[in-house]
Amino acid sequence: MQLTGAEIFLESLKREGVDTIFALPGGVVLKIFDVLHQQKDIRVILTRHEQGAGHMAEGYAKATGRPGVALITSGPGMTNVITALADAYMDSVPMVCFSGQVPTPLIGNDAFQEADNIGLSRPCTKYNFLVKDVNDLAQTIKEAFYIATTGRPGPVLVDIPKDISMDKGEFHYPKSVSIRGFNPTYDGSKWKIKQAADAIMKSKRPILYIGGGVQFSGASAEVKELAEMTQIPVDMTLMALGAFPGGHPLSLGMLGMHGTYVANMAMHYSDLVIAVGARFDDRVTGKVSEFCPTAKVIHIDIDPTSIRKNIQVDIPIVGDCKRVLIELNDILRATVNGNQKEQRKPWWDQLDAWQKAHPLAYVQDPNEQIKPQYLIDRLYELTADRDPVVSTDVGQHQMWAAQYFKLKNARTWLTSGGLGTMGFGFPAAMGAQAAFPNRLVLCIAGDGSIQMNTQELATAVIEKLPVKVFVINNRFHGMVRQWQDLFYEGRYASSSLGNVPDFVKLAEAYGAAGIRIESVGDVDAGIQEALAIDRPVFVDVPVYQYENCYPMIPAGGSNHEMLLEDPADLKKPKSTHKKSAQADSDTVLTA
Amino acid sequence: MEHIISLTLENKFGSLSRVAGLFSGRGFNIESLSVAPTLDPSVSMMTIVTSGDDRIIEQIMKQLNKVIDVIKVVDVSESEFVERETALIKVHTRPEDRAEALRIADIFRANVLDSSPTSYTIEVTGDVRKVQAIIHLLQPLGIKELVRTGRIAIGRDPTRPTQAQPRPLAKAN
Ligand SMILES: Cc1ncc(C[n+]2csc(CCOP(=O)(O)OP(=O)(O)O)c2C)c(N)n1
Repeated sequence: MQLTGAEIFLESLKREGVDTIFALPGGVVLKIFDVLHQQKDIRVILTRHEQGAGHMAEGYAKATGRPGVALITSGPGMTNVITALADAYMDSVPMVCFSGQVPTPLIGNDAFQEADNIGLSRPCTKYNFLVKDVNDLAQTIKEAFYIATTGRPGPVLVDIPKDISMDKGEFHYPKSVSIRGFNPTYDGSKWKIKQAADAIMKSKRPILYIGGGVQFSGASAEVKELAEMTQIPVDMTLMALGAFPGGHPLSLGMLGMHGTYVANMAMHYSDLVIAVGARFDDRVTGKVSEFCPTAKVIHIDIDPTSIRKNIQVDIPIVGDCKRVLIELNDILRATVNGNQKEQRKPWWDQLDAWQKAHPLAYVQDPNEQIKPQYLIDRLYELTADRDPVVSTDVGQHQMWAAQYFKLKNARTWLTSGGLGTMGFGFPAAMGAQAAFPNRLVLCIAGDGSIQMNTQELATAVIEKLPVKVFVINNRFHGMVRQWQDLFYEGRYASSSLGNVPDFVKLAEAYGAAGIRIESVGDVDAGIQEALAIDRPVFVDVPVYQYENCYPMIPAGGSNHEMLLEDPADLKKPKSTHKKSAQADSDTVLTA
Repeated sequence: MEHIISLTLENKFGSLSRVAGLFSGRGFNIESLSVAPTLDPSVSMMTIVTSGDDRIIEQIMKQLNKVIDVIKVVDVSESEFVERETALIKVHTRPEDRAEALRIADIFRANVLDSSPTSYTIEVTGDVRKVQAIIHLLQPLGIKELVRTGRIAIGRDPTRPTQAQPRPLAKAN
């Protein structure tokens, strides 16, 4: 069958089961848009910025487990989407991005809107392709989806020059691909798995340390079985939240720089760390030389480069988390004696003591300004029965959301971990909403971060993506201000944002709903009101400006040395801002 | 410690930059690099000389393996190997130095490829020490230009059949 490149593109995407593309057109991709315009199988969501398209594709992928797809134009379209590609690469998000390119005869001539898309994206994609012949297009698309979703997932870029989309070629969609340099290992070594089982049976103070790999490999049930069978406590990375139920009695919550006291202490004093799909990021290890000084380490990961990259590992197991855990559980099931609770008691007594000594806590005086933690806590409570998808931006609010939102299910947590991309939350939520039109999708945003992508309000309104955005409005780059409090003697260099814009009016200007919650007593009603609206909503929540997020392990510190509250000598300036003038009486914090 | 890594990779647009980009992006060292197609024109062979402690070399090997265009990675220096490098040296020669230059070339079994009234172009092939040595000796005469291919290496086969690697026997029937 002879088809144009644009038609081959469409047919190939249909074969891949793509139902939604996040896109923004330009001269060199018009042929493809023209073909998309004349069909109904694939929904094209027009975004207002290519970064938005990229993050929407990520949100779609994180929430569904299927690859997200973005389509953008050459030159500035490409440079705009780079942030999202880099974000997806860091967080192993399966995504295929199609970029337009100037016609092949012009490549390299500094043609209008030309950019070296392959060179630009090489360090932030798992792989990239330049299609030079229309007859290679179908095969290339097949390989792109295969690479994006196989092994450790990641973003793949396919660069399509304008003439390739117009040329005619034979369409034949390959059934399978094999790439000789790409053969991920799925099954862990049986011998190593046996060793791991032995180590687990011998261990007195084991800890499960699970990461984002558990989300994408779909290993939640296996993790849960392992933990319950052996009564091992579970620490989650920021990326793993939801992959194990936050409210489960074996959950210690998140670990790392802003992890819970008990999660970090458990890690530090354990004698066996069982890492599953996690990569010992520096926000988790703290000072590497003092990381888990008494522990043996089992590391299960599909990416061999993650193993022994940052820390020494005693039992490395390269393989898919789910498959490895199934085998490990089989061995353990035959070995455990039903006495696990009894045997683990000394360890759990210690864990309970840590938990009791320093639970997550904040002080909310009902007559004072809203505390960010209180808002998030209430939002969690009031939506818990609806199994929401929750996205966040980057900053303090992200950490509080991670601490207080005890998600129950995998793929309900959309956050930018590795790259820490402000502006991720809103478009990511929209991507998830596009995938699940009937689900409740929340975005917990910072007033700094949200301003990096508010243009997508237009997309949300027009495409009817009724996400509920809660802007934790502290009129600061809060996380930056916190570091300035702690490490720069309170000099707030370029971290104060002022009290603009009016987020309610901003939302209304786009035809979305805007709500403001101003006092503690209005929090529940305000949240309920927002949830009842079937349009996109911005809920502006002015909060106490100077709240700091604890526990905190200062960068490069050791995991058992956490700051639990503001240091006694910390002088917070009296706010000159009218709305927060009443602030400072309730700065007492416990963590 | 110095390592010589031999890569089999797709002979495709961009594969060289993927490998080179990996080294620069992760702060790994490249001391020399040489690349050329093999008998199979779809595949290139690349030799990289690098250095680092065991952990860094382990990461380099793993990261190279992860590059999708890389088909196979071998640390040649892990076992017995032979290596060669070729250098072309244009040495400045005053009349009284010309005989000395030829003598040095002779000692190293180097060839004189080109000669002008004021220079010789000498080709030398050998392991890295030999190439260094001739450069060292020619330097006092004045080296005008120096071009080196970068090192290439190949593993030695065992000289005697060993248990681990039995010599392939003719198949019975
Ligand atoms: C794109 C980008 N630029 C800069 C930063 C550095 N940064 C990290 S947190 C932060 C402040 C975020 O402020 P806000 O979104 O208001 O959240 P808050 O910390 O106040 O909750 C900044 C500037 C970043 N992470 N991403």
